[in-house]
Amino acid sequence: MIEVFNLTKKFKTVGKDKKISFKTAVDDISFSIERNEIFGLLGPNGAGKTTIIRMLTGQIKPTSGKIFYDGKIFDGNDPEIKKLPGVVPQHINFDRELNAAENLELHARLYGMEKSDYQNRIKELLDYMELSDYANYNVAKLSGGMKRRLLIARALVHRPKILFMDEPTVALDPQVRRKIWDLIKDLSKNGVTIVITTHYIEEAEKLCRRTAIIDKGKFIANDSPKNLCERLGNFTVECEGTEGKSYKFFRDRETAAKFVPEFSGNVKIRPTNLEDVFIELTGRRNGL
Amino acid sequence: MNFRDIGTVFWRDWLVLKRRLTKFILSRTVAPLLYLTAFGWGLGRNVQLSSGTYLDFIVPGIMALNSMNMGFHGMIPIHAERVYHKSLEEYLLSPVSPSAFLIGKISGAVLKALISSLIIILTAEIFGANILLSGSMFVVLILNSIIFAEIGFFAAMKLSTYEEMAQVNTYVLLPMSFMCGTFFSTGALPEVVRFFVNCLPLTHTSQLLRSLCTGGIFMRDSFLILILYAAIGFYLGLKALKNFQED
Repeated sequence: MIEVFNLTKKFKTVGKDKKISFKTAVDDISFSIERNEIFGLLGPNGAGKTTIIRMLTGQIKPTSGKIFYDGKIFDGNDPEIKKLPGVVPQHINFDRELNAAENLELHARLYGMEKSDYQNRIKELLDYMELSDYANYNVAKLSGGMKRRLLIARALVHRPKILFMDEPTVALDPQVRRKIWDLIKDLSKNGVTIVITTHYIEEAEKLCRRTAIIDKGKFIANDSPKNLCERLGNFTVECEGTEGKSYKFFRDRETAAKFVPEFSGNVKIRPTNLEDVFIELTGRRNGL
Repeated sequence: MNFRDIGTVFWRDWLVLKRRLTKFILSRTVAPLLYLTAFGWGLGRNVQLSSGTYLDFIVPGIMALNSMNMGFHGMIPIHAERVYHKSLEEYLLSPVSPSAFLIGKISGAVLKALISSLIIILTAEIFGANILLSGSMFVVLILNSIIFAEIGFFAAMKLSTYEEMAQVNTYVLLPMSFMCGTFFSTGALPEVVRFFVNCLPLTHTSQLLRSLCTGGIFMRDSFLILILYAAIGFYLGLKALKNFQED
């Protein structure tokens, strides 16, 4: 559905001495997203995840590289291609002068929908997101979870083929987070391709068919969470010694068990997870 | 660009304005009332001009500076939408073209300028001013509000803080309000200053409106200068929007 070749973004920065320099936010990445998959971009804050989404959706222009939607090159302006994605931004960016339903109506109109179509669609989405009772509420009066659900509803109004979700569960309590996960799975079952950025490893593990691990603007891995773990070793020996924790990875439990006597301290064998992959690949011990 | 997209952008501004129409009209009545009371009725009663009363002289000037303020201030919310609320992203993501967005936003500002101009005309009539209404006069008012809406849009897209937006008001709009033939003829200014003031769009709007309101000639050169300003403003506004996407 989407193919990306050698995508690079450099931002111009002006220093205190007025000198202009360029900071590379995304560095020569290539990847593809298949129809109906949930594709994850996992990385720490500032890794370049949001910049990738902003380029894929035409909000900012790449410094170099090419983006194709269904084989058609996307220069950021083509109105037909711009109708394909829906975007759930990381920050709450509603029009504060409009109420919940009006925000959805503005979106529908911007995407050229007919009134007879969008009236039903808005009602249907507000029902789906359990927000019907809040349709006429000013968006500022909604709770954090409601605002997130309304952001998703807004992105879905024009029936996008692909949904970009930038950190959709950030700063939400676990209950609301799980509700949004269920919603994402539900959307995927209904044929929507989903690209999700997250710095929650569990989120990528639970939702994504494929996950690209991104660090300092570069892709350092891109595969299914299962394959990424398998490549490292399906089982991890975690040893807690006087100098902190150390990890060793093994193909299977039996091999791991054979090596356990070599370790001193508190040792346990457990399945390798995406966090292990991330730590091993980035060298970041304190997670994301 | 299509008219439907322009209509959508305008619809949003109209929806917000409609909700506050009474408050908007009342707030827009205050400034002309004060100007007309102070300069027209108070001070102006003792000033006699060869062409008529001072009240008749300043009404076109007040209309010109009002359409300037309404055009510029109609665009200020875009600064907050870009910098603070990030709601501008919703438009950038959509298939609406930058030119349709810009025209839609300008249309919203022009509507506000026209409503407040009507309030001034009505208030001036109550004060006993003799103004000749014409279609050309409204065309000039629209053109002037377009120019300053474009300046407002450019500033909203380029400046980082709200304080910087306020500085445009202090250093650009406020001096123009008084210097550009609104309250007195530019002929009273020293030659060097007059040359500079004659380059500014508000001077041409004031002179054009004054001529039209008193049944004078249609000053074609001034009108063409305003058209040129509007075209440059549109180009710069569009460029600022596109540069924002380039980052």
